[in-house]
This record gives sequence, structure tokens and C-alpha cells, in this order.
Amino acid sequence: MDLIANLGLGFETAFTTTNIFYCFVGVLLGTLVGVLPGIGPTGTVAILLPITFTFEPVTALIMLAGIYYGAQYGGSTSAILINLPGESSSAVTAIDGHQMARQGRAGPALSTAALGSFFAGSVATFLLALAAPPLARIALQFGSAEYFSLIVLGLIASVALAHGSIIKALGMIVLGLLLGTVGQDLYSGQPRFTFGFFELYSGINFVSVAVGVFGVAEILRNLEDEKTRTLLVKKVENLWLTKDDFRRIVNPILRGTALGSLLGVLPGGGHVLAAFASYSLEKKISRNEAEFGRGAIEGVAAPESANNAAAQTSFIPLLTLGIPAHPVMALMIGAFIIHGITPGPNVMADEPALFWGLIVSMWIGNLLLVLLNLPLIGLWVKLLTIPYRVLFPAIIAFACIGTFSIGLNAFDIYAIAVLGLIGYVLVKLDCEPAPLLLGFVLGPLLEEHLRRAMIISRGDPMTFLERPISAGLLVFAALAIVLSLLPAIRKRREEVFSEED
Amino acid sequence: MTAQKSLKDLVSGLIFIGLGLAFGYATLGYEIGTALRMGPGYFPLLLSGIMVLLGVVITVQSFATGPNATPIGRVPWFALMLIIGALIFFGMTVRGLGLVPALFVTTFMSAFASERTGLVGAFVLAACLTLICFLIFVWALGLPLRVFGPWLSF
Repeated sequence: MDLIANLGLGFETAFTTTNIFYCFVGVLLGTLVGVLPGIGPTGTVAILLPITFTFEPVTALIMLAGIYYGAQYGGSTSAILINLPGESSSAVTAIDGHQMARQGRAGPALSTAALGSFFAGSVATFLLALAAPPLARIALQFGSAEYFSLIVLGLIASVALAHGSIIKALGMIVLGLLLGTVGQDLYSGQPRFTFGFFELYSGINFVSVAVGVFGVAEILRNLEDEKTRTLLVKKVENLWLTKDDFRRIVNPILRGTALGSLLGVLPGGGHVLAAFASYSLEKKISRNEAEFGRGAIEGVAAPESANNAAAQTSFIPLLTLGIPAHPVMALMIGAFIIHGITPGPNVMADEPALFWGLIVSMWIGNLLLVLLNLPLIGLWVKLLTIPYRVLFPAIIAFACIGTFSIGLNAFDIYAIAVLGLIGYVLVKLDCEPAPLLLGFVLGPLLEEHLRRAMIISRGDPMTFLERPISAGLLVFAALAIVLSLLPAIRKRREEVFSEED
Repeated sequence: MTAQKSLKDLVSGLIFIGLGLAFGYATLGYEIGTALRMGPGYFPLLLSGIMVLLGVVITVQSFATGPNATPIGRVPWFALMLIIGALIFFGMTVRGLGLVPALFVTTFMSAFASERTGLVGAFVLAACLTLICFLIFVWALGLPLRVFGPWLSF
């Protein structure tokens, strides 16, 4: 069977000493930033991206992917122990997980989170391996019109699923798209919006954009109000689950995995949505509903499985279509491009070792994460005591060196400062930075496909509606906007995301 | 409270309109082309139009928002200037002074941005971070960065 041969190739690639080592580094860093509130995987991947330029492409991607799904593990630790989710998708885990910790059951809560995450991560990785090849085959038949519509759908869906004002998020997308047009025009070579800066001819460096709007803006936001964190549990003992615990978590983990795998494919905050959705599902069907919110172990098992499954399946659109479902995926696209690989359906055929190696590395990574998180939990508990005032100067230092080392170009550092300032102002006005980054990364692609499709159709914009796949995608995009603007759904969205902040 | 929520929307709406107009104005210098053969200005002009439109909607909505208000909140001006200043300082001096001195000043400035870090604390933190970064980036990863720049070679 093809799959087995492919996975064999993947194992061969992933099981080299270098790749296992960097997979380990990735999940270690991921857990670290997941545990530490105030710095998330997006900022970390952005800052570390430049360092991976010197690596082999597959090694670089294995490490960056590890940071992303590792953060989902780490996020649960701080959610349970200090009631402060290290990652937005762990916000639901905090509800019951922290209650369990208060009742002295921090150990079982952490074990449940780790076991659920491991199971979900492994299953979802397998689904990824299963679903990617047929999807990529379909994607290979896509023309420019289909790609244009697909990108439009991706951008819009990412907004419809996120929280906050939809119109503002649309504005952020457009701003991102506009920032993406800075630089030389692909067809005519004319420099656009460069204002005489030669450094802008090749466009704004996207690491600067990511570090600015996610890293610097976030730091400024945190410095508004410096809080001390109180650690509830100084020492975690007794990680073992009782037989009764086991019985209670099996089904929630299975359901969470299924729901998470499905929702993870959606662009935007798929993993956040997955966690919330599976929590509400468990609460609804549980026989002891009253226990939810007071330390129900199901309330930890389900969302943790769901967000990890979603983290894994969110690689599907990236690897098969070249469309990012999450800001981290947008950065991964950058990593592909910097290594001279165009992300999309061709990756599987042209770079099979890279493709399958990355997938297999996710299994290894998930296994390493269980080992890292359970026996070493004491270490992470200690890390939670590192104050933020020590952390953020380190983030600035890493951001400076990392970004400067890409092109040894001081201009990229000034770009961080400017974009950080812009990002901070916009975040202050409740405009989310994630759509901006997605728009920025997808902007050039969107323009290219738009122009190409129009040339092919001889200037007839109806081509987007006459081709069935393209029309279908656009209909979905329109539906997503209309649905999220409907008052009933808008209210529901606000409820779902109200607990997140 | 209502007024404050509206203020947030009003300001962001106006920012979007302003940015849309600025981008749109800059686009006028480029060839627009036709739908069949789009020039370099076509796509940005389209986007600027959409942005102005969205800005107008947000602005109009700001006069009709409901009561759940969150104030804009305070701005940490001191920290903001220090951190932005630290970034610009790094950009300006990393070539001339070299990595170690530029990084030291940058981390010192950012560390001092915290209300809880005094001068001594910032100094110690900056020294530690500079050493750690030197070990990771120059010694371990071997990035081609000059440790001490030409400004310091007498």
C-alpha cells in the first residue's frame, strides 16, 4: 500500500539524530511558551524562524511544527495550575482543571490533559496522513479562479470563527492584503508603496510583521497592567488516575478527538473553537452536568483532546492547498518559501521525504511531549515562577537578533518598531492582529491568482461564478459572512468566546 | 460607558478610512489597467476602496453601539517609548557598535520599561541576557554577526 511505503519514507527521514533532536527542541520550546503566559506560539515561531534558515528544510519545519503543537500541551499546565491559560485554546481547560487543582487533584488533571492530548494528537496525525493525499490530488486540478476563491474563503472563514467585531476583522484582513502589496509588482516590476525606500522593493519582511504585531504589541499590552501570578500548587504529586477516572475520560477523549479533528481543518481559530465546542458537548450529554465548573474530569479530557487534534489537522489545508488555517501556519508558509519550496499540492509529489518526514515527526513529537510533560512536570511548575519582567526583555533580544540575522538589514528592525506600534494601537481598539497576518501572507497569492484568472477569462469576472468549484467556495464565503452577521449567531459567538479573555 | 465603546469604534473606523484613502491616493500614481490586463495599481486600488467602505461602516456603527463597554484603558507611555526606542537603537547601532554592546543597551532599555525593574535590576538582567544571547547565537549557532563593531576599534 502507498500509505505504508510513504510512512516508511517518513520514518526514515524523521528518525535521523538531527531531526529527532530538533523535534525535541521544538516541542520543548513549544511546551515552554505554552506554559508561560504572555508569549504564544505565533510570536515564538516568528522569532525563531530566522534561526532555522541555516537548517535543512525538513528539519526546520519539524522544529517549527513542534513549537506549535507543543504549545497546546504546555497551555494546559498553566491553565490547570494558575488558572491562566498559556494559550487561548486552553481557556476552557482552566474552568474545570483549575477546580481540580484546588481540590488537590492537580496531578490527575495534568495526566488527563497529557493522555488526552497524546491520544488525540496521534489519531489526528494519522488522519492527516490519510486525508492529505486525496485532497492534494483534487487541489492539483485547481486553476487560478479556484485558488482565488479558496483564498477568499479561507480569509473570510478565519474572521467568522474568530471573536470580536467581524467588520473590524475584515478591515484588518484588507490592511494585511494592502501591506502585502508593498514592493515590486510581479508583472510590471513597478515598485509600489515603497516611498523611495530601496529596502521595501522586495516587500515588508514578514518576520518583522509577525514579530511586530504579535510580539511587540503583546508586550506593550502586558505592560499596561503588570500582575503577579500566584501559583496554587507548589508541588504536584500523584499523577496516577484512578480506575473510575479512566472510565470517565475514555468517551470524552474519543468525542473530543473526533470533534477537534473536524474543526481543526477550518481556518481561523479552529483549535480554540474545537476546545469550546467539545466542552459544551460534554456538558450537554453528561449525566453529572452539575459537576461541570466544579472540577469535572471530563471537562479537562474533552477540550484538551479537541485542541490537540485540531492543532494536528490544521496542517491539512497548509500541506494540501498551501493555505494557512492559523497565523502559525502562515509563518510555516514563509518557512517553506524561504527554503525555496512552494507550499501546496505539489509538495507531496516533489518533496515526499519532507512531507512524510514532517508527518511522522508529529508522532515522535507527541510521544516526546508526554515524556516531557508528565515526569518533568516539576520543572514546568518552577518555570511558572519566572516573572514576566524577566521574560519580555528576552523576547525583545531574541526578536532583534533573529530578525537582523535574516538579511543583516537594520531596516527590518525599524519595521518591527513601526508595525509593533501600529499593532498596539489596533489591538487597543479591539482589532485582532491574526487576520492582518493571514492577509499579509496571502495577499500576493490572492493578487496573482486574481490577475491570472482574469487574463484567462479575457477580463470577465463571471469566471469566478461560472466555474462550479470556484462558485461553491465563494458561496460558502458569502454564507460565512451572512451567518456570522445574523443577530442570533452573533450572540452565540459572543457567549462562546466571552470566557476566552 | 456607551460613549467609550463608541470611541473605540469611532477611532478604528477613522483609522481604516484614513489608511484606505492614503493607500488609494498613493495608488493613483500607478497604472490601473483594465480588468483583463490589470496594472500594478488595480488590486491595491480595489483594496483601498473596500477599506474605506469598511471604515465608513465601522464609523457609522460606532454611533449606534450597545451598552457593553470596555474603556480604552491606560497606555504605558514610558514603557512604550523605551521599547520602541530600544528597537530603533538596536537597528541603528548593531552594525557600528557590534552585537554585544548594541544588545546590552537594547535589553537594558527594555528591561527598565517594566515598572518593577529598577536601574540595577535592569543592568543585571541586560548583562545576563546579552551573555545568553551571545552563547546561543554566536557561539552555538554561529550566526555571522560582528561581536564588536568598527565604531569600537580604535
